[in-house]
This record gives sequence, structure tokens and C-alpha cells, in this order.
Amino acid sequence: MDFETVIGLEVHVQLSTASKVFCGCGTLFGEAANTQTCPVCLGLPGSLPVLNKEAFRKAIKAALALNCEIAEITKFDRKHYFYPDLPKNFQISQFDMPFSRDGQLEIIIEEGIKRIGITRVHLEEDAGKLMHMADGDNSLVDFNRAGTPLLEIVSEPDMSSPEEAYAYLTELKAVMEYIEVSDCDMEKGSLRCDANISLRPRGTAGLGAKVEIKNMNSFKAVRAALQYEVNRQHDLLADGKTVVQETRLWDADGLYTTPMRGKEESHDYRYFPEPDLPLFEISRQMVADIRSGLPEMPARRRERFVSEYRLSEYDAGVLTQDKALADYFEEVLVDYNNPKMVANWLMGDILAYLSATNMTITEVKMTPQSLAKALKLQEDGVISGKIQKQILPVLLKEGKDPEAYVKEAGLAQISDEDELSRIVERVIAANPASVQSYREGKEKALGFLVGGVMKETRGKANPQLVNQLLKERLDTSNT
Amino acid sequence: MPISTEDIRYVAFLARITFAPEELKRFATQLETILEYIEQLEELDVSDVRPTTHVLPVKNVLRKDEKRESLSSEAVMKNAPSKQNAFFKVPRIIQDK
Ligand SMILES: [Zn+2]
Repeated sequence: MDFETVIGLEVHVQLSTASKVFCGCGTLFGEAANTQTCPVCLGLPGSLPVLNKEAFRKAIKAALALNCEIAEITKFDRKHYFYPDLPKNFQISQFDMPFSRDGQLEIIIEEGIKRIGITRVHLEEDAGKLMHMADGDNSLVDFNRAGTPLLEIVSEPDMSSPEEAYAYLTELKAVMEYIEVSDCDMEKGSLRCDANISLRPRGTAGLGAKVEIKNMNSFKAVRAALQYEVNRQHDLLADGKTVVQETRLWDADGLYTTPMRGKEESHDYRYFPEPDLPLFEISRQMVADIRSGLPEMPARRRERFVSEYRLSEYDAGVLTQDKALADYFEEVLVDYNNPKMVANWLMGDILAYLSATNMTITEVKMTPQSLAKALKLQEDGVISGKIQKQILPVLLKEGKDPEAYVKEAGLAQISDEDELSRIVERVIAANPASVQSYREGKEKALGFLVGGVMKETRGKANPQLVNQLLKERLDTSNT
Repeated sequence: MPISTEDIRYVAFLARITFAPEELKRFATQLETILEYIEQLEELDVSDVRPTTHVLPVKNVLRKDEKRESLSSEAVMKNAPSKQNAFFKVPRIIQDK
């Protein structure tokens, strides 16, 4: 039987604020354990939460960027469960009156653009962190993270493959980065994802038994875990067995999922209104203000890069996925308006440098103006493409002025005809066999001779001029 | 709405409370009485009334996003029944492998 896959994702995004969502403790990652805590986020009796204005504003901004409807009135609720990382034994979250619902996110798949529904986005507090001790009997708790503002973004079960889930996450992260509400750093846990997946006979409308997968620490892990589940559930169903509705954990070392054991016995969270936080009215004026402050979203920018700069869909996608990279690209264009050329260097040598050094474009020393200058030097024939490749890592690392550096290092291209002619003579004299082959019609031999000249000049000869000089010399006279 | 001792046992479990058998019975009877009383409200038409989630007419209480001083490490750990260095120490809950 043929099955189709149904995937929904639940993403948690930490909002970047100076203080926690309901108290004034700091939110920095990596501080000494339990030093960012107070009576509110430790859940001490008598303490009272007060909502952080900036967290609320950023939450609304994120929901608007995901095309959600913003509620006129929103309420916080207590979600009850017992777990050592939850100091109050309830989490302040939102249940039946989330501040936003009914959004959508466009993703790019092979067949084109697909819209993934967003069921709801709500604001809640993060829990603390548990570290399991080597003795196997105890765990250590750090409440620094408890109370960090957390956005929960629940998608509709609209994704039909692990690839689509991957594309959704990539796009969602790009949107959150564009609107500057979160650093989305998965290693620090600022962005986390759980997945729901089920299979059903193709063409049917019902949902099969839903499996929830947790413990995936990267987008690639999400994709791999979902693929594993597709295969596992498919094999079960094809054998006439049933899929058990359960929560499973992804094992990143063994690359498989296992049923989660000893977890909370019940999903009976006994939500009730948080009495310590009042209702919040969201004025349409506030919504309009936040909406008007939204930047161009990645999907729109991608379309614009294709139409305005004539880039391929692929190139536009790579450049716009990272807002900083797209900004950099457009800044280079201000001084050097050759989009294809700038895109090629950015996506080639520069991205390779970034990934090799594990840096982002904002961390390199080379300014967009400086890259524009370097590319202009190449266009003007002052340096060759080969030299360009050689100097870019230096500019990226040391932030030197391209013109000054080319001069200082003696890398300017030799375009002096007399000087090149003398070198051409020497190379011809030293390679009679190649000269012979060329004259017998073997074009390839010319390449060898050009290489000889480049070698003599350590890559600095103007290649077009060398070609021209060699041809003139070989085609018109006999040696 | 009839409430069984099983219902009481379940709710008690969710709250991590243990009751003696005679307590289960007593609470079942009491809870049933309370819920019966609440059921009387169903006779009223409240379709135009917004659910009361808060009794005070207060709304939109927000604070500026400003970092304030946290507690000292000594204060944080003062009431901890079990600790190790700067951490609270608890029995391990999840067997994740
Ligand atoms: Zn606090």
C-alpha cells in the first residue's frame, strides 16, 4: 500500500530581551549556575510576575511576520506538571486565549512555493536546565534559563516530507533573524523543535497514529529523525501492524528513535487562568505600529533579488537566507553594481572562507566597500581573478585596503606589453615542443604556454593580453 | 455530576498527594456537592457574558525590559534541601537511554 506522510512542527524560540519575561533577572547564556535567579523565577512563595513589555512586543512582531491574526485580548494560564526544571510546578503559558492564531509561512519546495499553516503562536516562560550526574541517581538543576521569554510556534500538519520540514525550519529561522527577535542559536538552545509525524494511506483524509519526536538538536537531526520515522512507520503499516501513539526520542549517535520512558504519565495539565497576571488588550494601533516596522521578509527579498538583480532562484535563496549576508551583498552593489559577479564571489570564496573559519559575514574585517574596490580592481584589469582569490582571504582576515595591499604586495597584474612580450619570447624559446604542437593544430598547447607565462609572472600577467601576444607571435612568424 | 473515589485518586495523583481510603470517600462526596451547586449556574443564559478570568478590572500591567539584580548565591541556596556547588540536587527522573 502507498502511504503519505503528515508532519507538524512545534518550534520554541527564545526571544532576545535584556531581562526575563516575568522578572528582572538577566537572560545571558553561560552565566554561573543559578546566579540569574530571584524569588519570581525560583517560584518562591509571595512573589509576583510582571510581564516584560519588550518580550510582549517582540512576540507580536514575530506573529505578524508569520502572517498571524493578533487577538484583541489575551490571557496567560498555568500549565501544571511536575518536573525538576520547573520551579513552580506550573509553567506560565497560554491556553485558550493565545495572543495570535492562523498564520502561514511560505516555503520553497521542488514544485514551487508551498504555504504551511501556523495554528498559533503564544508566549510562555522557559524552564531551567537539568544536568544528569554520572552517578546515574541524581541530577543538578540550574534555573538561570527559567523565565526566559519563549515563543511557541505550532504549525498545521501541512508538511508531507522530512525535506519540507527542513525547508520550513530554515525559513522560520530566517524570518526570526530578519525581524531580530531571537538569535536562533540551536547550540545555545534559543531555537528548539519537536515534531509530530503520522502516515496514512495516500488519498485518505484521516490522520494515522501520531508519534511525537523530541531531542533533535539541529535541523539536520530533525530531517534525519523524521526520515527514520517515515521508514519505521511504513514498515510497521506495510506488515499490517499498528503504529503506537507515543513520544519517541531521537538518538543522534545511533541515528534511531526510541520510546521515551518514565516521562510524565499524563498530559492532563489542568490549565487555569494565571491569577497573578491581568488580561492584556492589544490595541489595533499597537499592531499597526509593529506591522509598519517589519522589514522586508526573506521570501519577498528573494523574489526581489531574482527580479531586480537577475539572480537565479538558487543564488537568491542562498544570499537572502542570512539577513546579514543579503545586507552585505546589497551594500557591495552600491559601490560596484555587478550583481552576478558579487554573488559569485560571495557564494564562492567568501562563503567557503566563512564556513572554514566558522565565522559570520558580520565578523569578518573586510567591509562591503572594500570588496567592491577589490572587484573593481579586477574589472579594471589591475589584478587577475587568480590574484583575487589570493587576496580575498587576507582582506577578510586583516581588513586591509585592497588597492594599498595589491601595491604593497606587488600583486598588480602585468599589463605592460613590452614586459610581457619579453616573457612570451622566453617561454616560447624554452618550450619548442609545445610551439610545434600548437602549429600542428593542437590548441591545447597554447594553454600550456599561457601557463608558462603565468608561472614566470607568479600569476600576475594579464591573461587576455598573454593570449593575444602568444597568438600573434606564434601565428605570424616562424622560429 | 457523580464523582467516584477513582476521580479523587486521579486528581490527587496529578497533585502528588496521597489520601487514605476514608478520605477518598469523603472528598468524593464533598466535591460532588460542590459541583452540583455549580451546575445550578447552567440554568442561566450566559451566552452574552464574557468568562470572568480575573475579578479585578486591571489590565495591561507591563514592566520595562530592564535587568535588575538577582539574588545572591547564598540566598538562592538557603532553603535547598539538597545541593551540590551552585546547583540544586534532585533525584534523577528520566532514563533517557
Ligand atoms: Zn528572576
